[in-house]
Amino acid sequence: MSTATIPPRARGPVRLNWSRALIHFLLLVCAVAFVAPLVMVLAASFSSEDGINRQGYGFLPRHFTTFAYRYVIGDPSQLLQAYGVSMLVTFVGTFVGVFLMAMLAYTLVRKDYVLRRPIGLYLLFAMLFSGGLVPSYILITQYLHLQNTIFVLILPYLVSPWFVIILRTYFASLPTELLDAARIDGAGELRTFFQIVLPLSRPALATVGLFTALIYWNDWWLGLLYIDNQNLVPVQLFLYRILSNIDALATNPQMTAGAGAPVQTVRMAVAILAIGPIVVAFGFVQRYLVRGITLGGIKG
Amino acid sequence: MTAVGTVHHRPEPPDPAGAAVATAGPAGPAGPARPEKAPRPRSRARRRTARRRANLVLFLMGAPALAVLFVFSYLPMAGLVLAFEDYRPRDGITGSQWVGWQNFTYLFTGGDAWHITFTTVFMNALIITATLVTSLTLALLLNEIRDRWPRAARLYQSAMFLPFVFSWVVVSYFVFAFLDADHGLVNHLLTSSGGTPVDWYAQPGWWPLILTLVAVWKGVGFWVIAYLAAILAIDPQYYEAAALDGATKWQQTRRITLPLLSPLIIINLLLSLSHIFHADFGLFYQVPRNSTLLYPTTDVIDTYVYRALTSLGDVGMSAAAGLYQALVGFILVLVANWLVRRRDPDKALF
Repeated sequence: MSTATIPPRARGPVRLNWSRALIHFLLLVCAVAFVAPLVMVLAASFSSEDGINRQGYGFLPRHFTTFAYRYVIGDPSQLLQAYGVSMLVTFVGTFVGVFLMAMLAYTLVRKDYVLRRPIGLYLLFAMLFSGGLVPSYILITQYLHLQNTIFVLILPYLVSPWFVIILRTYFASLPTELLDAARIDGAGELRTFFQIVLPLSRPALATVGLFTALIYWNDWWLGLLYIDNQNLVPVQLFLYRILSNIDALATNPQMTAGAGAPVQTVRMAVAILAIGPIVVAFGFVQRYLVRGITLGGIKG
Repeated sequence: MTAVGTVHHRPEPPDPAGAAVATAGPAGPAGPARPEKAPRPRSRARRRTARRRANLVLFLMGAPALAVLFVFSYLPMAGLVLAFEDYRPRDGITGSQWVGWQNFTYLFTGGDAWHITFTTVFMNALIITATLVTSLTLALLLNEIRDRWPRAARLYQSAMFLPFVFSWVVVSYFVFAFLDADHGLVNHLLTSSGGTPVDWYAQPGWWPLILTLVAVWKGVGFWVIAYLAAILAIDPQYYEAAALDGATKWQQTRRITLPLLSPLIIINLLLSLSHIFHADFGLFYQVPRNSTLLYPTTDVIDTYVYRALTSLGDVGMSAAAGLYQALVGFILVLVANWLVRRRDPDKALF
């Protein structure tokens, strides 16, 4: 998080006192509780199956081993395929989505645009009312025939009215003199948008981009509904299927062909592999996310 | 995150100055600007074409996004007529037989509708309240320590935000590590302290509590950041004046911080209210691992519709449930917004 978000409050010398120390302690406990589940799953993924079976889950690995990872990575083709699908969907969806939303948002700050108000209402209504699952499902499977294509994982999340409004708010805060000057110099709308608005709006674009990317990377819902083809399964759905398949293996002794398959630990290793990219990215992008939340929230 | 953007979506007051500027300058790619000295009919006509052209360019820029929204938001709304039909794939939406209110009668006489509605609203109310109280408390506490330990405050804030980036599938794994009947941490602790283990995934009574905890754990970090940012935006002079008058910390919080946070709190609650009939499918489907035994307390409208559609294939009734859900939620937010607007237009959503 950037220091800029939390400037020290100017209020004379600060003395250490007991109530403050107590608050600090409380927050420490809370923070540990928030991270604890991750630590536990991490520990389990480095445990031996036998250790988990006898001692259960804990915060330290039971008999440290990388066996579960070697087991998963021994046949990485499916996991890699799922990674590939998720990355493709995330990159394409984020870039195209942010671009389309930014263009729409730009038109909404142009005061001489006659459709400004109607489009605002169009966005608001889409936010407050929805057709829900059934009509969307029928539309996509019976009319658009998008099931089992990569497009069904991208198109439905491409434009979100909320993000358009966040972008619009940011664009509206840009100095109007700049835009007017560009226009007086003869720049058209497209040129003003690409050469002035976009370069000046990097923080807002980064924030909306990150939230969009998060939605795409974490999505399993579209896959669950529309994807049967093994080659198009995104990471989160792959994870979900592993969970159900391992359960099937564990409860059905006849299917346990690979006897002694490490059920518990492999599950957790796959979970770690699936969140790995996002946790690593978290460290880098967090301050943008925070800035974005602040951007949206503070002016309320 | 959905909540935050909407904050700004208010109809703006008409802006005659802006419009004037726009008409005065040549807009669009109509050519270089020329200061108008004597308005002649020809140049006025040219200005009008230039403006029309600029509007066309603007429309084309927005068109792709508008089209995507049209297909994936507005067409499904029109598809809600399915709720009044006996849908058959071969006949399509337009060709299927019209059955009037039959799907609704079926939905409401079965008794399921009341049960899932109650669970949805009850669980959402629990989660909204718990998240609001927790996030406000944590934000206020973080605010207390941040001038003395700024680094620790930032670290804690990060820790609280971390679960926000996990998907519900991953969260269901985490929960499983705690609640698995044989190896889970909770049962492990229970047995080692002499208690009897609980088969969590078969005991519906515990799940309102478990789901609320999980939802708060995953979502509260976002609101902590939002509220903390709003607290930081408060002018320190208020506190200085209050301190001079001898106000205690608690009095300052109650009389300054909370009232100044109320716009954000109200927006948050309004938005939550608009979604109170929509349960988070991931939370209610993935986290209880779709366990049939838990349906009494975990089956919400969204999971019910999903099951009715995918396993029963009952399109008409699922659509009826969806329409009921969308309509009641919509009316609710309109009423709530009207109430807020009547008291204080600045705090209303739209």
